[in-house]
Amino acid sequence: MARPAVTRLVLWGALVLLLALPPLVQGLGADFAVGVATRVLIFALVGVSLNLILGYGGMVSFGHAAFFGAGAYVVAILAQHDTQGEQLVTWPIVIDGTQSALIAWPAAMAVSALLALVIGLIALRTSGLYFIMITLAFAQMLYFLFISLRAYGGEDGLSLFARSAAGPFDLADDVHFYYLVLGFVLLALWIKRRLVASRFGRTLRGIRDNERRMQALGFPTFRYKLAAFVMAGAVAGLSGALIANQTEFVSPSFLDWQRSGEILVIVILGGMGRVYGPVAGAVAFLLLEEVLSAWTDHWMLVLGPILVLVVLFAKGGIWSLIERGETTDG
Amino acid sequence: MVDPLLEIEGLSKAFGAVVACDAVTLALHSGEVHAVIGPNGAGKTTLLGQLAGEIRPDAGRIRFAGEDVTGLPAHARAGRGLARSFQITSLFPRFTALDNVALAVQAQAGHSFRFWHPAARETALVAPARTALARVGLAERADVPAAALAHGEQRQLEIAMALASGPRLLLLDEPTAGMGQEDSGRMIALLSALKAEGRMTILLIEHDMDAVFALADRITVLVYGQTIATGAPEEIRANSEVRRAYLGEEAAA
Amino acid sequence: MLLVLEQVLNGLQLGVMLFLLAAGLTLVLGIMNLVNLAHGSLYMIGAFVAAGVIRLTDSFLLGLVAALPAAALVGMAVEVVALRRLYTRQHLDQVLATFGLILFFNELVRILWGPRALFMDVPDWLSGTVEIVPGAPYPAFRLAIIVVGGTVAGFLYWLVRRTRLGMLIRAGASNREMVGALGVDIKRLYTLVFGLGAMLAALAGVMAGPIYAVEVGMGEPVLIVAFVVVVIGGIGSVRGALVGALLVGLVDTLGRAFLPTLFRAFLAPDTADGLGAALASMAIYVLMAAVLAWRPRGLFPAHG
Repeated sequence: MARPAVTRLVLWGALVLLLALPPLVQGLGADFAVGVATRVLIFALVGVSLNLILGYGGMVSFGHAAFFGAGAYVVAILAQHDTQGEQLVTWPIVIDGTQSALIAWPAAMAVSALLALVIGLIALRTSGLYFIMITLAFAQMLYFLFISLRAYGGEDGLSLFARSAAGPFDLADDVHFYYLVLGFVLLALWIKRRLVASRFGRTLRGIRDNERRMQALGFPTFRYKLAAFVMAGAVAGLSGALIANQTEFVSPSFLDWQRSGEILVIVILGGMGRVYGPVAGAVAFLLLEEVLSAWTDHWMLVLGPILVLVVLFAKGGIWSLIERGETTDG
Repeated sequence: MVDPLLEIEGLSKAFGAVVACDAVTLALHSGEVHAVIGPNGAGKTTLLGQLAGEIRPDAGRIRFAGEDVTGLPAHARAGRGLARSFQITSLFPRFTALDNVALAVQAQAGHSFRFWHPAARETALVAPARTALARVGLAERADVPAAALAHGEQRQLEIAMALASGPRLLLLDEPTAGMGQEDSGRMIALLSALKAEGRMTILLIEHDMDAVFALADRITVLVYGQTIATGAPEEIRANSEVRRAYLGEEAAA
Repeated sequence: MLLVLEQVLNGLQLGVMLFLLAAGLTLVLGIMNLVNLAHGSLYMIGAFVAAGVIRLTDSFLLGLVAALPAAALVGMAVEVVALRRLYTRQHLDQVLATFGLILFFNELVRILWGPRALFMDVPDWLSGTVEIVPGAPYPAFRLAIIVVGGTVAGFLYWLVRRTRLGMLIRAGASNREMVGALGVDIKRLYTLVFGLGAMLAALAGVMAGPIYAVEVGMGEPVLIVAFVVVVIGGIGSVRGALVGALLVGLVDTLGRAFLPTLFRAFLAPDTADGLGAALASMAIYVLMAAVLAWRPRGLFPAHG
């Protein structure tokens, strides 16, 4: 796939900038910016996961924060059991708490994937507005579930004693943590590039554009949609594990419906169905938040209308401005 | 005598008070082109929808290649070699012509849980797709997005997609719909060429009488969901009931 | 037994309030095919305007009288300025744009009325209790809500079924071109329907004021529940909205009231309360999932 020079330039420029960011901002004495950038990247990752089902699969999930929040809670709950020395499960098998990233993060992905499997099995039987609403409803269900879990902080949430232990990486060090997150984002982007061009990806894009035709061609579309939904859930779970580590705190607000809305905004702002779109979207959205909130306490008064204008006039998102003139099939 | 490839028995479907398909019985033999004609609202599209598995019949049975497929969903029927084209062009507008056809090949090439290798570089998908495009005369337009093709070309692409899955039975829903003289002439020539190859069984739903009489070995006339006649083209032409119910209207129009 | 009666009445009261919100939502969805997340903002605006006017005049009725047209005006203005352009867009675009509107309205209200919750008193003439059956006093205000909600439901039924406007609304839902061909100004009809929906939302907001806190963001949780109602009832169906609202109101209220007690029968009190509360807060979503699994287009599908 030959890409035009502009796109290539933007991609390489962005990569260099991201790699050089920690020393750069530290040189400028703006150490806090590493944390901001990490947060942006984590939201880029969850955006990438939603983009798989929304941008390539045409599934408008309004409950993606459920998988994000569940992943965050898995890390926090395992860590709490570890620090308090209580077993998480005693029957039929014994599960201990842990602070190891090698165990907790895959566990977060697995739990979120399992959730996505169960939710997907029901939600994917509906379509259109019903799908939007049923995904939202499932997310609300989990939200209220975590609010009622008083053992894990209920409405107030749960603080982590420390970040996960990750072998050679010292996650307590913001720069180490930043590079680890960056690594995950780059890995996810690479995998997604391969994925969308593969047979599976093409099937997914076909379903997005014309599901009825896909069935007439002989594709059992439901299982492909479900597979994509589960994958997206798993990656969202990983993003959640990362955000729990970054903030060293989780609360039900991680999976409330506004969070799902924000993830949608990130994908659409960046450009639906564009591999790099969610990264651009996360950068734009979170920086806009930072800038506006530095300027006025009432920044949402500005952000809201901006969203409306984006929807009305900027179809295709930021990435379509970069790739202007290039025709893609998705 | 060899068993028919497709057997329809007492197929019925009503939408509320409207009986769109009333105990239709029909048999298609391998290698024949069978046309179903009838005035608007005769239930042709409902019949095709039931054959393709998109509409669930109220009663009756459909046997395909000796197997009862009445309860099978659309994708499973496609997997058994029942391919259809759509009356209103139903393509993947953002995909190129080649990718449209390659997707049809892919549908029959095992499962699509393959996540890593670029599908566009798989010879096993691309080569048959190019062949199918060439058969319908679109070889040169392979890299054009489907949305950018002319209407006639899109209809040809529909046929190519149906062909590409290597079907045993082709269900064609008004392949010349919305075409001008020239385009529909080309479509008829294309379908005649397919027929001349002698391997294809086709169920053709058509409005255009030129196409029907040029292509069909046998014709079934459907009026208000009922078959009023089945026979060779000359029998149908001579059938007084058909003339009154259908051809008469057509001639007057 | 009396406790059950009281909780059933509470459930009805929640149900009719949800219906007032859901009716506007489902009309706008059925007729204009628009998902309006900002519908909850109109509910909030209604409550705040009423609270503000009541503070100035000390009259609940004046508050109500001010809130309804205010919300209707805001609703119609938003329709004309922004939402009108979204009717032909995908649901996704509508969700996003109206999400933006929510952020805007929440902040605007915060600027106008401050960040703290306002409290609205039950008007004196409704502050007593009524004995529905001997020995079972029930707050008059809550009873009034049920009566008002029921009356509005009847009015809406009459409006949709018996009037020319209702005929146009029903026709508009199934065939836009036809209504246009009848020489009706579709744009004005849409704006009118929007104003009507806004007014119903504001009515719900005003009545909710004395029961729940009047605060920024009060519209969203109740809006999501109203969407659950719409989906359960079937998009576009006012009758479905009524049935769905009562169902959701009862399930939610009775679940919260009795599930913990129920679990205490066979679980330790602590576990029972926790589990009961958790399940109760999820009950309506379970209800919705069950309804959709059974009827993917809701109880009363309006189209096709």
